[in-house]
Amino acid sequence: MFAALTDRQWLWLAAACYFAGFARGALSVLRGERPSSGAMYGLLAVGYALQFFGLYLRGRAEGDCPLGNIFEILQFIAWSAITLYLVVGVTFRSSLLGYFTAGLGAALTIASLALPSLDATRRAHIFGNNPWLELHAALALFSYGIFALLALTSALFLFRHYSLKSKRLDGWFSFLPSILDLDQIAVRLLGTGVGVLGVSLAVGAVYWMRDTASVNSAKLLITVAVGVAYAAALGFRLGGRLLAKRFAWTCLALFAAALLSLGPVNASRHPPIAAAREEGT
Amino acid sequence: MSGLGFFLIGATHHTAPLAVRERLALDPAGEAALGAELAGLGDLREFAVLSTCNRVEFYCVAAEAGAAARVQEAFCARQRFAPADFEKFRLSLAGRDAVLHLLEVSAGLDSQMLGETEIFGQVKAAYAAAQARGAAGPLLNRIFQKAFQAAKHVRSHTAINAGQVSVANVAVDLALNIFGDLAHVRILVLGAGDIGEKTARAFQSRGAGALTVANRSAERALDLAGQLGAAALPFEQREARLADFDVVVCSTAAPQAVLSFAAAEAAMKRRPTRPLFFIDLALPRDVEAAVADLDNVFRYDLDDLARIAEQNRTARAAEIARCRALLVERADALWRRVEPLLAGAVPEAARLRESRHPA
Repeated sequence: MFAALTDRQWLWLAAACYFAGFARGALSVLRGERPSSGAMYGLLAVGYALQFFGLYLRGRAEGDCPLGNIFEILQFIAWSAITLYLVVGVTFRSSLLGYFTAGLGAALTIASLALPSLDATRRAHIFGNNPWLELHAALALFSYGIFALLALTSALFLFRHYSLKSKRLDGWFSFLPSILDLDQIAVRLLGTGVGVLGVSLAVGAVYWMRDTASVNSAKLLITVAVGVAYAAALGFRLGGRLLAKRFAWTCLALFAAALLSLGPVNASRHPPIAAAREEGT
Repeated sequence: MSGLGFFLIGATHHTAPLAVRERLALDPAGEAALGAELAGLGDLREFAVLSTCNRVEFYCVAAEAGAAARVQEAFCARQRFAPADFEKFRLSLAGRDAVLHLLEVSAGLDSQMLGETEIFGQVKAAYAAAQARGAAGPLLNRIFQKAFQAAKHVRSHTAINAGQVSVANVAVDLALNIFGDLAHVRILVLGAGDIGEKTARAFQSRGAGALTVANRSAERALDLAGQLGAAALPFEQREARLADFDVVVCSTAAPQAVLSFAAAEAAMKRRPTRPLFFIDLALPRDVEAAVADLDNVFRYDLDDLARIAEQNRTARAAEIARCRALLVERADALWRRVEPLLAGAVPEAARLRESRHPA
């Protein structure tokens, strides 16, 4: 029975797991109970395995890294965020972060699956069988996954900050981690994200220097701008010039900008979409 | 009572005023002596004594109807309390109701401070003492073990013990909401009066290590610092050294604020990445209200803390019905299993008891 499932069906199952984790957490919060970390972790782990398999099937069928359209990119970002949560989430000691991560995973995967237009066309062999370019793209999108988790952490920071300033500590506010923990997690995530994106850009730069015409200047400008903006935020934070609420809002704004940049970046990739359509069909 | 039964006899804060409870309270030596005396009552198969500042209770499995009266007699004689007077304050329950009472006590539902967790440890200690003196047999073992499970279940599935209900503990909870862990948090206690001391001790009981005391009377500051194992700071240096601390507990009797906005602002410039938390328990207040406008600075006064404590109390009270329903369900199930054993397993319980204490 399972052998007959397509990659999209596996991805739907993964999305269902993420949604179940989010819904279960929401139910707990509405009941005034702390979401169960173990159950959340279990659902995310199962969803992660299903998504991994779905993306593997997609990659094997296409013969390259599944980053050929917005659908695959959103799936990959969700998968990256969940990867990071599963690896380091335990140390966060926050069942609410798991709850929000499940929500993010569900939102990205369901939105990408529910909009068929996002997966209607796909660029085939965009990396030209060059493993370095695949690494460049995979790392870049993995850093977006880290920035997604950073955005969630920043949102939790703002909720906690609001609860402390407004002196409202009951209800689900009581499940939030401490403000200092959230700040420290955010700084570590930002550092990791900037590092991973930096490596990705370095790999891309080597390729670009060999063949400057191969990279669309708009894509180059946008990706470098995202990297520089995050690096600047890290520098200002470490220098004590971007703190607390402003730091959290900056991380949220940068992630929104990074997400919005995906469209133009995808559109400007080589080979152009028309060529891809011809080649791929 | 006919045949074997499980019963409870005692007095609690619900049935007896403090003055009476003081006279009924058993000290450890008295409890041990009474335990030895009760062990000698032939018709008392198993028993456990729970004695706290709010209750003294005897949980017993006995073979005869007169056992409860003999326990009461022995207890009253030891406490020099007239049995007729004791009966005015007595709590007496049997069977399923006694089981339910033990479950409620263990879960903190019968406590003066609703949902408090200290009672759970006290019930565990009472059970351990019964085991140590060989007074807990298969029936009490089952009942107490199930009571512990039920109490844990209630705590983890309801909000009965969510949030602190004393001002000092609410202040500590707030600090935990800001810093996460108190081990490396530096605390300045400004004012060495009773409130300051209580709050400092609440911080210490939750893992705070680095305390410093400052007071207008240096002698009193040194005295309290000595009692707390803390450092002392000259009162005049409080603002200049503000950046060295993460939490400032203020409870001076000063007629005006002793910590200014300017001092807090200057402190935050020197330590921008760490939050600063003012707990202002003084009346009139010790910290200028405007400091709350500073980024990463949090200021709570007595009214704020009292309001949160009251909210927590209300939230706990709202959980009672839910907790009681859970406990009733468990007490009924437990009683359904225990009741047949009381009839059938007493010879076994007696045999086990006799094998531990041969005549």
